[in-house]
Amino acid sequence: MNKLHIGHLADIDEKGSRTFKVQDTEIAVFKLSDGSLHAVENRCPHKGGKLSEGMICGTAVHCPLHDWKIDLRSGKVHEPDKGCLNTYPTEVDGNSGEIYITIAG
Amino acid sequence: MSTTRKLVLVGNGMAGIRTIEHILKLAPNAYEITVFGAEPHPNYNRIMLSSVLAGGMSIEDIVINNWSWYEDNGIQVYPDDPVIQINAELKEVVSQNGVRATYDELIMATGSQAFILPLPGANKEGVIGFRDIKDCETMMAASQTYRKAAVIGGGLLGLEAARGLLNLGMDVTVIHINGHLMDRNLDLPAGLMLQRELEEQGMKFLLNKHTEEITGKHRVKAIRFTDQTMLETDLVVMAVGIRPQVELARQAGLDVSRGVIVDDYMNTSIPGISAVGECAEHRGIAYGLVAPLYEQGMVLAKRLAGAATEGYEGSVTSTKLKVSGVDVFSAGQFKDAANTRSIRIQDDVDGIYKKMVMKDGKLIGAVLFGDTTDGASLFSLIKSGENISGREKEILLGVPSGSGSGPSIAERMASMPDDEIVCGCNGVTKSAIGDAVLNKGCNTLGAIKSCTKASASCGGCKPIVESLLVHYAGDAVGEQVKEGICGCTSYDRDEIVAQIKEMGLKTVKEVMNVLDWNEPEGCSKCRPSLNYYLGMIWPTEYEDERVSKFTNERYHANIQKDGTYSVIPRIYGGVTSPAELMKIAAVAQKYDVPMVKFTGGQRLDLLGVQKENLPKIWEELDMPSGFGYGKALRTVKTCVGNTFCRFGTQDSIEMGIRLEKKLDKMVAPAKVKLAVSGCPRNCAEATIKDLGVVAIDGAWELHVGGNGGVKVRAAELLCTVKTDAEVEEWTYAYLQYYRENARWNERTAAWIERVGLDHVKKALEDRDVRLALVERLELTLGRTVDPWKEIIDNEKLRKNFTPLADAQPTTH
Repeated sequence: MNKLHIGHLADIDEKGSRTFKVQDTEIAVFKLSDGSLHAVENRCPHKGGKLSEGMICGTAVHCPLHDWKIDLRSGKVHEPDKGCLNTYPTEVDGNSGEIYITIAG
Repeated sequence: MSTTRKLVLVGNGMAGIRTIEHILKLAPNAYEITVFGAEPHPNYNRIMLSSVLAGGMSIEDIVINNWSWYEDNGIQVYPDDPVIQINAELKEVVSQNGVRATYDELIMATGSQAFILPLPGANKEGVIGFRDIKDCETMMAASQTYRKAAVIGGGLLGLEAARGLLNLGMDVTVIHINGHLMDRNLDLPAGLMLQRELEEQGMKFLLNKHTEEITGKHRVKAIRFTDQTMLETDLVVMAVGIRPQVELARQAGLDVSRGVIVDDYMNTSIPGISAVGECAEHRGIAYGLVAPLYEQGMVLAKRLAGAATEGYEGSVTSTKLKVSGVDVFSAGQFKDAANTRSIRIQDDVDGIYKKMVMKDGKLIGAVLFGDTTDGASLFSLIKSGENISGREKEILLGVPSGSGSGPSIAERMASMPDDEIVCGCNGVTKSAIGDAVLNKGCNTLGAIKSCTKASASCGGCKPIVESLLVHYAGDAVGEQVKEGICGCTSYDRDEIVAQIKEMGLKTVKEVMNVLDWNEPEGCSKCRPSLNYYLGMIWPTEYEDERVSKFTNERYHANIQKDGTYSVIPRIYGGVTSPAELMKIAAVAQKYDVPMVKFTGGQRLDLLGVQKENLPKIWEELDMPSGFGYGKALRTVKTCVGNTFCRFGTQDSIEMGIRLEKKLDKMVAPAKVKLAVSGCPRNCAEATIKDLGVVAIDGAWELHVGGNGGVKVRAAELLCTVKTDAEVEEWTYAYLQYYRENARWNERTAAWIERVGLDHVKKALEDRDVRLALVERLELTLGRTVDPWKEIIDNEKLRKNFTPLADAQPTTH
């Protein structure tokens, strides 16, 4: 298990996202309107669209390429489409506002 | 030792795959399944081919089961590899590529083929049927090179093909053997009304014509008729009918008449072999419409899965013509006979015709033209066979439900059998809808649609799906039966706009709260629409909500499929300068831009730019954003005009630049493209633009509602004016009227088609109204800022263009 520092709460807008790379994997971290953070692999299971560029509605993001809808908490694709992508636990230091992410392996 | 039996399906089309889908549901592990298909595509919705041809859909859109579906369900599929031999003794099939597969059960679902009239010359290049994706592709390719097309056959298929060819820009003549169109589905009055309507759309007709020969050397050149007249053409589409594909079945020794003969359980004459779909003949009928095929598929699936079934007893069919702007519905026996009685209404003023045919008090057939909303309910009356004596007029003239004597809608829904197919396009049964409502929490039409796909294709069954929703959900349905702008609401565009104004709603969130959205933060459809409507209604107060915009409009650049972006600076009227060109070249070189291309709108596109470079490039270009990514004014294309051209009658360049400078940064329901031509030769192609200005001697013509995209539409003449000032007044008034009235994402072409040019002309005829519209547009335009400059200067916005710094390991 690897815990990585990726940035500060202020770096990400509400209903916005930022990206970063861990080795060859691009990860997008989203901030929902309730302030919660969710990190997922930045690659739509459909055609590889960059989810970080999509529109965030509630707890889901719409892929900018073909509008697939992906739940950011579970990484699951909404019906009627199917698929799933990797999610990564995030953690925020209550005092400093620094964001950490845990990568398995 | 496995107990799994082997099932082979010959024919990878709608009927066969539908059967497999049911078998997978009813008996998931009963069979090891192998599918052979002649076409290289996965199962697609053949009914929608006309929409592909008409330009509304891509081939990808009409695929029903994609390749991963086959894989997920463990189905071995051999596309592009038809079965060429069946050995019933050995229970084995052989494909063209030599694949051998043994079976315990074999399903023949070979479908049918276009019937090509056996005329001299029918084998020439350029003579095709209209049956599969390949035919569509042939037609699309032909339209690139050739101009004239002839369609033989004025039935449903022929007219849909003809409409598609018109959309492809071809000059289309339909040849029909009968005196009126669609004579197998329509009576004479409806046939004539249809012809009139299609003639207005630009289709030409030759009726009562028998083709004798197709002439030409290698490729078709002309058609000769029996009366020795000729028609020149570059393409002939034969749409005279379909023939079940039975060669293979015949070779295998199956009983074949018109189709492969089957009993009520879809058994052929040889045990272990079934047939389903268009290739099958049941009680003397080979069906060519999807609903009966799906009914057959259900029966066959049940039998093969070992479930109880009462067998297939034949179907009453209905037909809907899928041609834009024409509503035609036909069902059952629509012709009068000695023992039938009919009621008809003919209204040539509004172009409406309705006819019901009754026999022994029961409805046995109906024809609707111009207004087909009653189609689904009439069709269910025909199928139910109930007695409608005394209610005939109420039914045809329309009367509130429940006040009639016979069974009410509720009673009809209750008595409908569970396995009756409600949605023919997607094969959704009554019980599947019941399951969606009762067990999956669907309480709106939209929810049922996304869960079961019922009413998701042609939409003809919507009234029945709605009635079933009421039947199953009762009071839980509430007000949400109606379909709104998206699945999140039941309100349509006009209701939402009215309520925003009435209640003074000022933010997206407020609209969703007050209007009781069922998804608290909406979806990718309603969020951008509301953002647009709010900005349009409250131009001075509303702050554009960035997070409710699509990627392109948030990053002010066009996202490409690989995640890079393109940059298009504004070049007013397509007129640039050496200094500007050098600046663009320098930036492109410095940032190693992979491609620099002239756009179709007379400007330069820097393609393949990395997101983090966008703000830097904008800063160094120091040019206004060209909005080449947004639902906004794109370009104003101009020709040289009288500045240089010897034919030019007016200064089109000056006019184009003036319009573009004024309308720069104007957002709209959808993208807006303008053009100004200096003479009727129209080199700026103004008549396929949202608004095109064409100079004539001493005046300007304003054409509106044109489109040169997937669906080509020639613009219509809005007005002819004398002065430059009038050009501006009408242009701005027209565009503001569009901004205030169109649905979000509706191009002017679709909008004009929906509301009619006359409506728009009337709305703009009063000068005071025009001036008020211009004033409102100016108010909006006066508050716009260049989005690139805004981002360059604002660190909070700019940060979103760069990735976070590399992740750092921690010691925790």
